Amino acid sequence: MSTSEHRNPRPRAHRTEPAPDGPPPVPEVSARALARRRRREALARFAREYARNRAGLVGLASLLTIGLLALTAPLFVDQAHLTITGAPGESYQPPSWEYPLGTDNFGRSVLDLVVWGARVSLTVGLLATFVSVTLGTLIGVTAGHFGSSGGVGGRIVSAVLMRITDWFLVLPTLVLAVALAAVLPRGIGTIIIAIGLTVWPPTARLVRAQTLAVEARPYVERARALGGGHAHVMGWHVLPNVMPVVLAQTTLLVATSIIAESTLAFLGMGDPTTISWGGILEAARTAGAISAGIWWYMIPPGLAIAVVALSFTLCGRAVESVINPRLRGQS
Amino acid sequence: MTTTPTEADEPSGAGTTDVPAPAGPTGSGRAARVLTYVLGRLTTAVVSLFAVIVAGFFLFRILPGDPVRAMTEGREVSAEQREELRRQFGLDQPLWQQFLDYAAGLLRLDLGTSFQYREPVVDLILERLGPTLLLAGTGTVIAALLGLFLGARAGWKPGGRGDRVNTAVALFFWSVPTFWLGLLLIVLLSSGRGFMPGLFPTGGMVDPRASGTLETVLSTAQHMVLPVVTMVAVIYAQYLMIMRSSLMDEKGADYLTTARAKGLRDTLVRRRHAVPNALLPTVTLIFLNLGQVVSGVILVETVFSWPGLGQLFYSGLRVPDLGLVQGLFVVFAASVILMNLLADLVYPLLDPRVRP
Repeated sequence: MSTSEHRNPRPRAHRTEPAPDGPPPVPEVSARALARRRRREALARFAREYARNRAGLVGLASLLTIGLLALTAPLFVDQAHLTITGAPGESYQPPSWEYPLGTDNFGRSVLDLVVWGARVSLTVGLLATFVSVTLGTLIGVTAGHFGSSGGVGGRIVSAVLMRITDWFLVLPTLVLAVALAAVLPRGIGTIIIAIGLTVWPPTARLVRAQTLAVEARPYVERARALGGGHAHVMGWHVLPNVMPVVLAQTTLLVATSIIAESTLAFLGMGDPTTISWGGILEAARTAGAISAGIWWYMIPPGLAIAVVALSFTLCGRAVESVINPRLRGQS
Repeated sequence: MTTTPTEADEPSGAGTTDVPAPAGPTGSGRAARVLTYVLGRLTTAVVSLFAVIVAGFFLFRILPGDPVRAMTEGREVSAEQREELRRQFGLDQPLWQQFLDYAAGLLRLDLGTSFQYREPVVDLILERLGPTLLLAGTGTVIAALLGLFLGARAGWKPGGRGDRVNTAVALFFWSVPTFWLGLLLIVLLSSGRGFMPGLFPTGGMVDPRASGTLETVLSTAQHMVLPVVTMVAVIYAQYLMIMRSSLMDEKGADYLTTARAKGLRDTLVRRRHAVPNALLPTVTLIFLNLGQVVSGVILVETVFSWPGLGQLFYSGLRVPDLGLVQGLFVVFAASVILMNLLADLVYPLLDPRVRP
């Protein structure tokens, strides 16, 4: 700042010639560039800390592999082979070179089904998590902010929000999600909403606690004294400081959402026209493959769910241990 | 002590707690405080129950638009049948009247009629309550004992090998979908395929050929093994994690140093001094997690065709029989709320620190 103030009043012509005894030309550093550099450094520090957690790295590697596989699935899976009429093989063929994971009751390759199912399962898991994290963060920040600095009216809003959160927290999540999925029209959107609307309460509680901690800091008081309104304090000071907690929670929630998706699909709430891991298991059960002992039909999709859920959990715990040093060495 | 009364109360989920005023031990003041506490908890529970009733109405009467069309979609139903259903649901009346009828019915324990079984929902539920309580009760008790035992071990030496193995196993079971674990057990142990003989039945609760009390009991026990194992595997992990962190909180407490200074062996310090105190906050959390037990029961009963409420719920979903699903929704939610109320009322008896 000071250098530019010195230089600005000077005529342009002087600037091109190096001043013999003036200050050496300093590369212009704006506040924004500084902030960007600080953020880059923080990110690098985060990556370094994260890399120390071996379980977190394993989780990350497995997620990247599965994500890549899901994205590139159309390149090596023939979609026509995934329809009942276009099935290439015989019914219930055990694993072989041609069908590494055998075939289902229609003769479709189970490996193809599982690879293709990753697309729906991951999409639904991520979107449902997005819905619930957004909802939980909004409710948590609002409840926390107005609970600590909103006067009587604010405290009432906060108390009501937390009562609602507690009510949702106590209710059986699955029952609520299934009920929602049962009364809304079938489809992926319904599943996302049903999961998103039921798994947010823990996030809201966590975010509220973090908001209360942030609001107690002096710089928030300073901002308020300078005339910062509710929106300013919440958006500018509280939200950025809550984000690390939200990030860890998000990673953990994806695991929950993916399991929830498979559960809803297994209970027959899914869209019968799409292939998801839970849907494959439901099909296996209704086709009687379970009691017939067709293990190659039901083990791969379930294992896929478990691996993805476990990977997200490992990543989430690694993120948690980076942002909360108190947890380090315990996980 | 690390747990102050308000902190221990926080997980109970009841929201704001009246912090007891530090009054002297006068008899009448204490009675008044206890009364305030009990009344406060009762009010919370009643408000929650009312919210469940409203949610049930909103979910099943308003959200689907026309519940009768939702139920009869894609099946042969005559116009008269549809009218009959409409009248049964009271759809010919204004919305507020519908709500009042529905709420008044609930107070009389009338949960409506099942479209699929053509029977009052209450009768269906009462018929199947026993099997569910048997399965859920056995599963929860075993899971809680196992989780608390392993959690106490893991939390005593955090970072040790036992802790890491325990946590990893618990995390794995937590990541596995309940229903898939059940399916896996059926394929491995009861389908009789491959090298394993069919050790256990694939479903049901009792062999219809069993006669006499002893044979029935034995057959039920055999049918129960796989469902109970599935339930325990999925829910013990959370008890383990809760107990582990609770014990870790307790570990730095002064009274443990005292106990050690007395020369007690490590196991004794853990068993007699640390674990009882760590158990207390765990109790509320166990009750708070009952919702997950309900979810577990629904899936396990579905997978193993166990003739309980969970399977009834599933059969209602497949139709879909909205009257039955609505009734079960209210029953599941209400039972969880009542169990939490019970925990709130019993907890002060167990832990003098939070006594009002």
